[in-house]
Amino acid sequence: MNGKSVLRAVALTLIGLFFLFPLFWVVLMSFMTNADILRNPPSPFFTPTLHNYTALVSGNLGTNVGTQKIDYMLNLFNSTVLSGFSVILSLILGVPAAYAFARYKFRLGEDMAFTLLSFRFAPPLLVLLPLLMYFQSIGLYDTYFGLVWVYQLITLPLVLWIVRGYFEDVSEDIELAYRLDGHSWLRTFFRISIPLARPGIAAAALLSFIFAWNNFIFALILGSSGVQPVTVGALAFVTASGIEYGQIAAALVFSIMPTLVLAVFTQRYLVEGLSLGAIKG
Amino acid sequence: MSNSGVASMNARSALKRRRARMANLLPYLLSMPALLACIGILVPFGTAVFYSLERYNLAFPSTRGFIWFANYISLFSDGSFWRTILVSMTYTVLTVGLELLLGLGIALLLWRRSLVTNLLSVALILPLMVAPAIASLMWKLMTNANFGILSYFVSLLGVHDFKWASAPQSAMFTVVLVDMWVYTPFISILLLAGLRGLPRQPFEAAELDGVPGSFVFFRIMLPMLLPYILTAGLFRMLDSIQQFDIIYSMTQGGPGDTLMVFQVQAYTQAFIFTNIGRASAILMVLWIITYALSNVFVKNWLRLRERARGQA
Repeated sequence: MNGKSVLRAVALTLIGLFFLFPLFWVVLMSFMTNADILRNPPSPFFTPTLHNYTALVSGNLGTNVGTQKIDYMLNLFNSTVLSGFSVILSLILGVPAAYAFARYKFRLGEDMAFTLLSFRFAPPLLVLLPLLMYFQSIGLYDTYFGLVWVYQLITLPLVLWIVRGYFEDVSEDIELAYRLDGHSWLRTFFRISIPLARPGIAAAALLSFIFAWNNFIFALILGSSGVQPVTVGALAFVTASGIEYGQIAAALVFSIMPTLVLAVFTQRYLVEGLSLGAIKG
Repeated sequence: MSNSGVASMNARSALKRRRARMANLLPYLLSMPALLACIGILVPFGTAVFYSLERYNLAFPSTRGFIWFANYISLFSDGSFWRTILVSMTYTVLTVGLELLLGLGIALLLWRRSLVTNLLSVALILPLMVAPAIASLMWKLMTNANFGILSYFVSLLGVHDFKWASAPQSAMFTVVLVDMWVYTPFISILLLAGLRGLPRQPFEAAELDGVPGSFVFFRIMLPMLLPYILTAGLFRMLDSIQQFDIIYSMTQGGPGDTLMVFQVQAYTQAFIFTNIGRASAILMVLWIITYALSNVFVKNWLRLRERARGQA
């Protein structure tokens, strides 16, 4: 019995190390000077510096060939704009549709729900290549609007399927009772149905924000540096800043912080969201 | 009955009829945006099918023309495409297999609630929330030959000069490791939820009867957990076979063609060799595979979903 619990403790420690050490070490690196980083053997004891972060915020970055202007803050701003507006648009478009799919059984509805679901699993490049050609000819290439539109591919199926499940759980009787009191359909929808499905809407919103934030390939194909989010910006940043490893680490920390903080709030909904409502947490 | 009475009755029934018609239209009205989104996907999809049947190279616009299945024939008679298939399959089998094993192990370890397991199951969420493209860059920093902490650890174990993603022998190992770091938590979180949702009675009965642990594991728990394992595994398989972010950020498909999986190969064809026709054909082959897989997945997922709704 004792041997078993020791084994268990060792296994738990190893798991904790494997999943947390990379995050811990990159955060540590972001507070090191390059000299500290290059020290051999590496050491977790050093005088922390904020220099990497101030350089990032000011946009004047030291590189191997002197200082260079790299506007990584713009990438952060782009990520926020793209993910934020994508989620808002998805909620406006997706919540009523999710309600329709949950309440009214109609053939076209099922077909649409499953088409959107099946393209959630289709290779993104397949749709992105033709879209690139279209976008270039109608002037949507390299615009926030175009990208937010395409981001619906990620966020809309999530909203649709998660919120649909919550609407299915809301009893129709409550809605009918309210309607019999003489309230309009619209009023019932906003006063009864939406508040009752609020946890699902919150879960869908948080998760789709995270998925949009973490997306890489859409903006890589459909935008240039002006509108690109941190995921694409970070790759360019690594190439541009060459050997300034502390700054790279700081840039990576900046780009993962928002989703890590949101993760704490999504916790409760995570299981349901990740399985698109198939498993209850 | 007065005239006005008839008129008002007519008006009322007209209103009722209009209401009924509205009620019939309502679902379509509400789902209009979703319909537009569907069209928004299906149109470019149709275009991609068309591209894949064309000789279409951006560098030679004048040679563009319809060539039926020539792109596909040239793909399948070309060794490099078979290599792409092999690399993609290897990546998928390794990542899904290892993640399922590790994920199941972790879920079992975290099954019993305690302070440590609760903290650890929160900690597991963190890697899953890191963008895969960024995760790759983090691991790139840690495996750097000059100062990477992992290179240092490996050298302590007596392996000097381990080249990680920059050597063909270890490149696959490195990206699989990154994939495992990001996605194993996905599997363990889903399986843990599945485990905690299992009924207790069979386990209690088995314990009372003194049934050996291995029998409980293989004959009671695994079969009951199977729908969850299938859903999580298929979900990951669908993502894994189309992996782009991790591999592209790490090596862009190199060294050489070591890591040229479907989407990285298609990207290279489209943006380095400007060969849109060939890139589209590669993506169509990938689409057929994912479409078949997703049908199996959706069937299984719907069953679980029904059950979850039933429990609510």
